[in-house]
Amino acid sequence: MQSIKAQFISLWRAWFRDPIRPFGVVSVLLLLALAVAPAKDHFSEWHSYQKQYLRLILDRGDAVTLQRHFRGGIQQIWLPDLGVVDRCQTCHTGLAEASLADVSTQPFRRHPPIPHKLDEFGCVVCHRGQGAATTVAEAHHSALAREEPILPARYIESSCGQCHHAPMAGTPRLNEGRELLARYGCVRCHTIRLPDGSMMAATDDPPPLTHIADKTTREWVYAWLKDPASYASSATMPNFQLSDADARDISAFLMATSTPQPGDTLAVPASSKAPDPAAGASLYGESFCASCHATQNAAGNLVGGNIGPELTRIGSKVKPEWLQAWLKDPRNYDAHTQMPHYRWTDQELTALAGYVANKTDSDFLANVHLDAPTPQQIAHGKALVTEYGCAVCHEIRGVAKPENFAPELSRIGSKPLAQLVFTAGMPKTLPDYVDGKIRHPRAFGAGLRMPLYTFTAQQVDALTTALLSLTDRSFALPSRLQIAAQPMTTYQPAGHAGKLMAELNCFACHRINGRGGDMAPDLTWEGSAVQRPWLDDFLKNPNTLRPALIRRMPRFNLSNSERAEVTDYFMTVYQTADFDRDSMPLGGYSAALVEQGRQLFYSKYSCQSCHMVNTQQDKGYIGPPLTQVGSRLNAAWIYHWLKNPQALRPGTIEPNQSMSDEDAGALTAFLMMQKTSGKPGAKQ
Amino acid sequence: MKRLLWIPGAMALVIAAGCARQPVAAPAAQATAFGSAIVESSGGKQLGAPGAALPQPLVVQVNDAQGNAVTGAFVIFSGSGGVRFEPTESLTDSSGQLTTNVMLGGTSGRYELRAASTDKSGKPFTLSITELALGYQEQVGYAVDQNYCARCHDQESSAERVSNYDNLAVKPHAFTDGQTQDALSDADLTAIIGHGGPALNHSALMPPYGATLSRAEVQALIAYIRLISDPPWRAAGVVYAKR
Repeated sequence: MQSIKAQFISLWRAWFRDPIRPFGVVSVLLLLALAVAPAKDHFSEWHSYQKQYLRLILDRGDAVTLQRHFRGGIQQIWLPDLGVVDRCQTCHTGLAEASLADVSTQPFRRHPPIPHKLDEFGCVVCHRGQGAATTVAEAHHSALAREEPILPARYIESSCGQCHHAPMAGTPRLNEGRELLARYGCVRCHTIRLPDGSMMAATDDPPPLTHIADKTTREWVYAWLKDPASYASSATMPNFQLSDADARDISAFLMATSTPQPGDTLAVPASSKAPDPAAGASLYGESFCASCHATQNAAGNLVGGNIGPELTRIGSKVKPEWLQAWLKDPRNYDAHTQMPHYRWTDQELTALAGYVANKTDSDFLANVHLDAPTPQQIAHGKALVTEYGCAVCHEIRGVAKPENFAPELSRIGSKPLAQLVFTAGMPKTLPDYVDGKIRHPRAFGAGLRMPLYTFTAQQVDALTTALLSLTDRSFALPSRLQIAAQPMTTYQPAGHAGKLMAELNCFACHRINGRGGDMAPDLTWEGSAVQRPWLDDFLKNPNTLRPALIRRMPRFNLSNSERAEVTDYFMTVYQTADFDRDSMPLGGYSAALVEQGRQLFYSKYSCQSCHMVNTQQDKGYIGPPLTQVGSRLNAAWIYHWLKNPQALRPGTIEPNQSMSDEDAGALTAFLMMQKTSGKPGAKQ
Repeated sequence: MKRLLWIPGAMALVIAAGCARQPVAAPAAQATAFGSAIVESSGGKQLGAPGAALPQPLVVQVNDAQGNAVTGAFVIFSGSGGVRFEPTESLTDSSGQLTTNVMLGGTSGRYELRAASTDKSGKPFTLSITELALGYQEQVGYAVDQNYCARCHDQESSAERVSNYDNLAVKPHAFTDGQTQDALSDADLTAIIGHGGPALNHSALMPPYGATLSRAEVQALIAYIRLISDPPWRAAGVVYAKR
């Protein structure tokens, strides 16, 4: 000990013989300590990026402008009401420089044009990550608790969905994902609560199973349960990956719990000769069944609409007596079905049912052989139905509908990584977790019940995008930023006509007063648009307008009195308050005015590019043919339509030509002269 | 002391085991045949999204000098801007083709990809493929195009959307027509979209959309047209003298 002390003292004397020396050394140390901060600043990551940026712009033509825009040091956007402290622009120096469009090296790339201003929303609202960080690792890749990394570009649309709850043209994946969440009934098990307090609603239509034995066989139920996609490639029912025994027991229970309902079946008339298959096929075509129902063609592609179920193998599913009764009146079996009530004659019914029932697949049920069920099997089936939550979607006698069957997903987009269980080998990020859960729901642990869906890679991306939009931030953002989706109204037409319209399910295709589909024209102001005789005639034979469309209005075979009732209702109720439909005459325009209109039609406005008036010379086929428009539409409607089409039917693609009153008047006169010859509606 | 002699032995064992676990680089697939040209079978010029897989896989085919498909030729894909391929390299299949899934990089714009192979003498030959990633603005433009413009400007006719192209006396230009686009400034395009064909002394069959589309929609449409232009659009721009 002594020797160490002696050594130290001798060293001290050797170095600091002069007492002033310690003072000098301490001063130098202090200077060095003071230099640490500026040095750290100078050698920081962001400083080197700023120097790189200055070198990058030095050689450009507009270097002076860019240099003037450049501001060195830490740059920060602070938006207290959004919870944003973003220093991203410290390194991303050229975000707002339009002239850097050709620069592709990060972090100097210009931000692509979007409708929002950078200093109003900042960066992390859309891109996530840690805005306050000033190193790449911390800002982009942080996985600490309560922090989140940058959102991968493929899911960027999810950020739009934090505020925008309605579909937008610029976010196709988000729109698709939300539609899938509703159409595949994800939200039936997983509650999704939106920031405005509303719930995301399902749009699928799972049929009640209370009297399923009237409709189909146990063998079909078994095969369907085993793999719905093998019956219909477009099935929205997922695959529960049931064992043979489980599928056997569930099918036994469903058949046992089914109670026959009067009117579910109708004896197939034993006619002397088999129905003509060609008649059934042509009736299937004439009734435009394919507008809603798809079938697989020879190449394996689905052709037809997706409003109703796929009919490729329907003959292997339904019982002929049920089909007969269903086609006669679908609402007897399922009061909420989308299927319209066609008024077919008994003969037509038999022909159509025969044609539809012929769509069979002999392989589908070939290997299904089920013995009569035992009571134990039925009881086990009931337990399985309860366990798998079948009653969440389907009405099943004896099984109550469970509430909150699966975890709520209202904030899944902000779920902390610490709460997630990953499978071996998968990247440990939230998007990968969501993606994996959709692709392999049962891989995340034993005893999971989520079924398997057959989504394409694009659909999985879309779903993940939609789910990642459900963030804590979307609840925390000020409500002035929330743009709610326009919910469908609950408009219900009144009286007997309203009941008829419900039976025909006009709303499946047409929208009226904010309710209904968008496959066919909005009919909110149809009474102002059309002339009564035309509408009556059209309902009798809808082939008169746009005969070449694939999806179009079917003929419902309404009786004369039913037709008159619907027509009267339309003409009386669906009128716009903006103008009086009778304010302009239906005919009697001067020849000079008509000629002026003709010239405007063919030269100044070149309407023939989209419409036909003269079938010999005009070819335009975007808008409806106008050969008989004078017998179809009211003059006042044509006039106001020409002045501003979007005011009468929002979203119509006919451009607003900012037409003068005079031009619109002349064109109206010309168009009103295009009348039907010798048919109803001609005598005006 | 002697008791601890096992330690170096055990360490050597651990090191040996650790080294054995080192991933051995998979040997590059050995080409069994050689072609002389790569052609694109399908999957070029797709519209994708930044960071996402293209809707359709990219399929290329290796041909020999006679134009016959070559099985077992080695093809390697490459691309800039963070493009990923799955697989990046492999041998052509029995029909001479190689299919790869393409994940575009994280930014919107034009992606130039390359598929390369070598002939017998080891001389490389390549194929260039262009893929497009639509950003927000181009996506809006695409939607506008699909709703309003494509009905006449797109010659492709399908049962779902019949093209009006054949019905028009004056044929509209395809939006991919690069030569035509180079001659039109953004202001020209804005004028012809907003005021119709007559604005630039063109046919009145092109109607005016200025009162129907918003300014942002017109800008988005132009951005989209510029992106899909083939050959790539060259902005006239300001030309600076070289330093």
